[in-house]
Parts: sequence; structure tokens; C-alpha cells
Amino acid sequence: MSNIDWGAVFNISSLLKCFIVGGIICIIGQILIDKTKLTPAKILVIFVTLGAILGGLGIYQYLVDFAGAGATVPLTGFGYNLAKGVIEGVKEFGLVGAFTGGVKAAAGGIAAAVFFGYIASLISKPKMKKQ
Amino acid sequence: MSNPLESKQTYQEYVDKQSPNSPILKNCFNAFWVGGLICTIGQIILNICKQKGLDTQISGTIVSIILIGISAFLTGLNLFNKIGKMAGAGSLIPITGFANSIVSPAMEYKSEGYVMGVGGKMFTVAGPVLVFGISTSILVGIIYLIFNTQNITLV
Repeated sequence: MSNIDWGAVFNISSLLKCFIVGGIICIIGQILIDKTKLTPAKILVIFVTLGAILGGLGIYQYLVDFAGAGATVPLTGFGYNLAKGVIEGVKEFGLVGAFTGGVKAAAGGIAAAVFFGYIASLISKPKMKKQ
Repeated sequence: MSNPLESKQTYQEYVDKQSPNSPILKNCFNAFWVGGLICTIGQIILNICKQKGLDTQISGTIVSIILIGISAFLTGLNLFNKIGKMAGAGSLIPITGFANSIVSPAMEYKSEGYVMGVGGKMFTVAGPVLVFGISTSILVGIIYLIFNTQNITLV
């Protein structure tokens, strides 16, 4: 069970596709930062919302199939994950699934962000500006 | 050659000629390779999970948890903002940026206390992300319900 095929883990083709797609998504974000007056917070919101819409339309799935983590690690992937979970929820439970499926699918990420976020803030030393 | 500072237009041309690396190209390049690298780390974790026989859903969750954990602690140690300054969107757009957006304001408002300061300000940026992400996904679900699964809705 613990025998890992490292050749498959470091499969150059999958890593290269992931690197390029992930990088291009970040370039889109960089262009938005440099060429528009959008704040980083709004760009994050736009990326998540866009990911949820493209995920709902089934378009983002193609990118995920092609690039793996290159498509799921950027925040558009978070939106895609929410939309995918919602659609699975709707298939299983109908209208209630629209409310439960998304957060269920993204639960690990949200919970980890809250938990690690709080712990990391506690142990951090706020940067004091020297007078 | 005329004085390059003579008029606004020639000055602009002069500036363009003198700064061959326009910042946006440099920024995009840095965003590309840092963002690509973070995604590639995710892909390596994903491939290891696959080798362990885990399904796609749980593997993706494990990738998110690990990347969020790492970037939360790097933010707490004041290292993430150094990467962010260089990489721009390269570290903002991946899920690492989400974790960073939680820890940064929480650190800043630590002096306001551990409940309302840290606990409340954590969601200054992450809150809107969750509000719009989750709301959009619910709308997606309702639209899907109406257009794709009529047999369930109409019965």
C-alpha cells in the first residue's frame, strides 16, 4: 500500500500541463491587478464567482481534466468545486442539495482555512512599526 | 538628437525606450512561474494521493488543506508577504491567497482581542469570497434544478 510509484508522481506531462495552466490563470489575475483599479479582494471574489459559473456550465471540467491541480488550486477551482458539489447535491437531494452540496464539497478547505488561519494568527507576531 | 524632455510625447517615448522591461511583463512573468509552481506542488500532492488509492474528491481536499495550512503559517511568520510582493497574483490567485487573506487582517487586528479582533477580522476578505462563491453556487444549483432535472422539480 505504501509503495509509491515516484515515476507516476513526478509524471512530467501532468506536472507541465499543471504548471502552464496554473501560471496562465495567475497571469490573468496579474493583468487585472496591473490594468484595472480592482483591489485584490475583489479579484479573489471575481475568480471564485467565475469559477462557480464556469463550473456550473460544465466548461471548467474540461480544464480540470486537462490540467488537474493547475485548474483546481487557483481560486477559480474553489468556485468550480462549490458548483460541482451543488450539482451533485441537486442530483441526490433536489432543492436542499443546492444548499448543502457546495459547502459539503468545499468543507475541508473552508474548515482548514478557518482553523489554520486562527492558529497562525495566534502564533504570529504582529509587525510593529518602529517609532 | 533633440532634448528628450522637450514635449510630453517625446518624453513618453524616451521613458519607454529607457525602461525595456515594462513592469507588467515582469509582473506577469513572476506571477506565471510562482503560480505555476504552487499549482505543481498541488499536483505532486494529488499524484501521491492517487498512488495511495484515494478518490479525486478527497485528494483535492487534501491538496487544499495542505496548501492552506502552509500559506497560513508562512503568513503568520511574515514570509508570505515577501513572496507576495515579488509574485503578485502568482501567490494571490492560488488557494494560498485565500489563506493569506484570512491571516493577514487577523494579525493586524490582534490588538483588538482574540474574539472580535482575530476571530472577526479573519473574514474581512474571506467573507466576501465565501458570500459570493457560495451564493453563486446555490444559484447554479437552482438553475440546474430547473433546466436539467425537470423530472425531480415537476413531480
